[in-house]
Order: sequence, then C-alpha cells, then structure tokens
Amino acid sequence: MSNGISILAHTAAPADGSLQALSDHVGSALGPAIVSRTIAFGELTLNVQASDIVYALTYLRDDPACAFRCFIDICGADYPNREKRFDVVYHLLSLRHNARIRVKVQTDDQTPVPSVIDVFPAANWFERETYDLYGVLFSGHPDLRRLLTDYGFEGHPLRKDFPLTGFVEVRYDQDEARVVYEPVKLAQEFRNFDFLSPWEGTEYVLPGDEKKSA
Amino acid sequence: MTEHNIRNFAINFGPQHPAAHGVLRLVLELDGEIVERVDPHIGLLHRGTEKLIEHKTYLQATPYFDRLDYVSPMNQEHAFCLGIEKLLGLQVPRRAQLIRVLFCEIGRILSHLLNVTTQAMDVGALTPPLWGFEEREKLMIFYERASGARLHANYFRPGGVHQDLPPALIDDIEAFIDPFLQVVDDLDNLVMGNRIFKQRNVDIGIVTVDEAMAWGFSGVMVRGSGIPWDLRKSQPYECYEEMEFDVPVGRNGDTYDRQVIRMEEMRESAKIMRQCCVKLREPAGQGPIAATDGKFAPPPRREMKRSMEALIHHFKLYTEGFHVPAGEVYAAVEAPKGEFGVYLVADGTNKPYRCKIRAPGFAHLQAMDWMCRGHMLADVSCVLGTLDIVFGEVDR
Repeated sequence: MSNGISILAHTAAPADGSLQALSDHVGSALGPAIVSRTIAFGELTLNVQASDIVYALTYLRDDPACAFRCFIDICGADYPNREKRFDVVYHLLSLRHNARIRVKVQTDDQTPVPSVIDVFPAANWFERETYDLYGVLFSGHPDLRRLLTDYGFEGHPLRKDFPLTGFVEVRYDQDEARVVYEPVKLAQEFRNFDFLSPWEGTEYVLPGDEKKSA
Repeated sequence: MTEHNIRNFAINFGPQHPAAHGVLRLVLELDGEIVERVDPHIGLLHRGTEKLIEHKTYLQATPYFDRLDYVSPMNQEHAFCLGIEKLLGLQVPRRAQLIRVLFCEIGRILSHLLNVTTQAMDVGALTPPLWGFEEREKLMIFYERASGARLHANYFRPGGVHQDLPPALIDDIEAFIDPFLQVVDDLDNLVMGNRIFKQRNVDIGIVTVDEAMAWGFSGVMVRGSGIPWDLRKSQPYECYEEMEFDVPVGRNGDTYDRQVIRMEEMRESAKIMRQCCVKLREPAGQGPIAATDGKFAPPPRREMKRSMEALIHHFKLYTEGFHVPAGEVYAAVEAPKGEFGVYLVADGTNKPYRCKIRAPGFAHLQAMDWMCRGHMLADVSCVLGTLDIVFGEVDR
C-alpha cells in the first residue's frame, strides 16, 4: 500500500476535507519517506520509514501548512508476530491549524530509530520511556537510561512476552537489614480469564460434519 | 592566599521530601546555592498501569485511571471513556454529558485548590492549604454522593456515567458555588497579594511560547505564557461548546502568572458548574444517563429482577465485557494539569491491545532541568510546585 490512501468509514469520523487535504499535502511533500497514509476515526496517521523520521518530523514542524510545533507524545507498541515487531508512535499537535497527527515507524529490537531530540527536546524522556518499557533503541539520544522501572531492572515490561507478574519481587529482609530481590512466588497460579464468548471465540468441529462446507 | 579546590555540590532532594509532591528524587548539582543541573529520577511510584490495562477488559480498566492523577480522578476516566466511545461510535446521552462536565469541573477545582495552596506552602505559607482542604472535603463529599467513593470514583463509564444524580445533590452543588467563590476571594486576598508570595514567585521559572510548545507543555503551563489554548474551547468535547466561560491567560510565563491563572480558572469552573446545574434541571437535561441497549452499560437493577434478557446483558458485561472494533485512536481532555491523552489500540477483542497514557505532568517534569538552571536552591520547590506534579500520573 505504498502511498495508497485508505479511508475507513467509521461513525466517529467527520467528513473532514481539511484532514484529507493535509494528508495529500504531506504525502506529496514527503514523497517516498511515507509508507502509507490513513484517515480513520477522524485522525490522520502517517507510516514513515524509520530512517526518515527526523526529516519527516522536521518538515511537519516547520512547514507553514502543517505547523505541528507542539509535541504531544512518543510511545511504543509491540506486535510480536510481525517481522519488525515494534511500532514507535509520535503524536503531534498544531495549534495554528487546530489539528493532530500521528506518525508511526516500525522497528525491531536491534535496529535503532533516530532520536528526534533535535526536533523536539521533549522527546528525551519519552524516548527513554519507550526504551525502558519496550527495549527500542534510539540512535543519537544523549542519555538513554531507564526511566520508570527500578534501578537495575532487567527486561522490558511492556513487551507482550513479558509476564504480567514479572520475574522478581522485593521484600525487606530483617536479618540482612536491606531490601532483597527474589524470584516471584505466587501462592496460586496467575489466572488469566479470557472470557471470550464460546459462541464467538472457538471453532467447534462437529464430528462427521467436516463435509459441510464442501 | 591559598587556592581552594572548589567543586560543585550534589544533593539528593527527596524521595521523601515534603515539597517533592510525592516520591520524586531530584539529584541537584549546586554551585553554592545556584542550581547547575537537575536530574529528576522518577518511577518510584511506577505500578505498571499500562501493562495491567492490557490484561483487563475495558470496564475493568477504567478504575486504573482514578489512580493516576488522584487529586482529580474523574478527568482521567473521561479521556479513557472518550477513547472507547470514539472507537465504538457511541453517542453519550445529553444528561450524562452534563453530569460529566459538572464532575470534570469539580475535579478541576479539586486539583487547582490543592496545587495553589500547597505551592503557597512550598514558599512558606501554612494557612492556605488548611482553607483549601476544607473546600476540597466538601467537593469530595459530592464525589461520594454521586459515585460512592471520595477518591477512586469509577463513575464515568463508556457510554455515559454509572448512576444518575439525585435532585438534592444538584441543589447542594449549586448551593456550594456561592460560598465557594467567597473562599476563592479570601484565598486571593490571602495569597496572591502577599508580599512574600510575590517575592518568591514573580520572575521565577519563566517559560516562553516556543519553549512551551517544543517541550510538550499543555494546560496552565502554556496559558501562563500567553497562548490561549484550551481543549475545552478549541477541540470541544461533550457539551463544553454550549458552556459560557473564559480562558484566562498569563502575560509573563512565570510562576506567579500560572498561580493567578489557576485561581481564575477555579472561578470559571464554578461558572460552568452553575450552568450545568441549571441545565440538569431543564426538561432537555432529563433522560437516560448511559446507553440503554444493555450492550455497553448494565441494565438497571430492578429490571434485572424481572427480565431474563437484562440479566444476560448484565452477566455478559461483567464477565466477557464488550468487544471494541479494531483500530487506534487518541483521545484527549483538558485535565486540570494539562492535556491528558489516551492512545488506545484495540484489536477487536474485549481487552485493549495497547493503552498509552499521555500524562501532562510527565512532559512538565522533564523541564525541571532547564527551568531551574541558574535559579537558587530555594526556587526548586517553587518551580516544582508550579508544574503541578502528581506522581500517580507521572510514574503510571
């Protein structure tokens, strides 16, 4: 779907011509840096090549027709089934045009994404957080330390393959007079109910009914 | 004359410091009393909210939002509910919209009262918090009468609110407004004109327009620099469009301006609350307070005693929950502290695939470094106070 536009018809999305115009404008200006553009739920999403993210965000910030000068958010998302399992999602806001935009790049746990600190200084902590929780690397970040998790924490907790209960638990040890880390001991197995409806969730095969669809 | 070996002095501010507004550890590098560098260490209150939400159904995830910014709980729930409603294409009934706006403004007053008065305490005044907390207590009783809980309300639900307000509560909220405005005036006299308060706050922590935007500031932090930006006006949600209120903006972008704006916003919030109370009594303000088809909000108790269908709806909602069509949305509200956003990715099941919480305080706190540079050590707590930090939302 290179440079292809897919407009999903959703009830919440207003018939917004300005968003479409903005999408076309950005699409023609950034050209091959954009993998695809989508308008859904009244929001514009750009999928951008990871190597072009600094260029794309600089353009979105400086172009007068975009003027996305207000930094909102950077976050990660994990899709373990994909070859490039991580999304890094940038949200920007334009006060002048009263518009929002979402820019996404894909990466894996080896390939670093260029840091956008030079474009938006606020990206500092948001990239640190993404690194901390997902293990996404950012090249050119001056201080890529963990941010939210404990000092000396191992692993990246928001990855889908990280268990909800974690691996270690802490307690204060009276004898050693310090906080000790131990492997998690659960009194009972963690119960994850999926509650998905048996009518919708499972494909039941009736014995002898295999030829139904044939 | 001997040559002294002068080196900078590093001190730890917190994690247990009364002016740290929670569990913040600031590593300060000082040259004498001048702050050279600030390195905030956060995460001491990290509870993995986003991870937990991924393992809960949409209804079970709502209460986590109360525990983010715990001084104005309902404003956070609001952002999450708006996100779900956007994905579902749900229309919120008018009465529920009015109730939501009413309680969001109560939340705003709760938050601003706490911030203005405790910031005054950070710079040396003890009386304001006592006055402020008295009013906060009254507001929390309104929370309790509406939802059953003073703090962790879990009152806003996808498609509406949990329960209707009793008429007496609407009367009491309206009766609260006038005496409250008198207290705001008293606080204004006590704090804003105070010589010491001005000496401590004027020209401290100045933020320019460009800095505010590049650093992801929102809410009072941008309005203090003179940008008239308020999501309630510029991207109105619920029924804010029909409410009459003004957006106060500052001129100098310093701490003092921001505190004055917060005082002024409380008066504007009271104005909105009054309009909500009137509209809630009008015939147009009557009606259901949540979606009535039973697919997203539970049917009333009395109906469940008689109707098998209602019972099934209730059972399905509280076990399986509702399914949200696949897609991704960003929903933001003007929380008291700034733009509180939720980036929600749904995969078509009954649980969110990803829920990123964009807390305003997170963006504000990382600005501590450049905002404090060159200021005195005593100004650190003053700047920290004006950023309006609550660790529930910063650490998540």
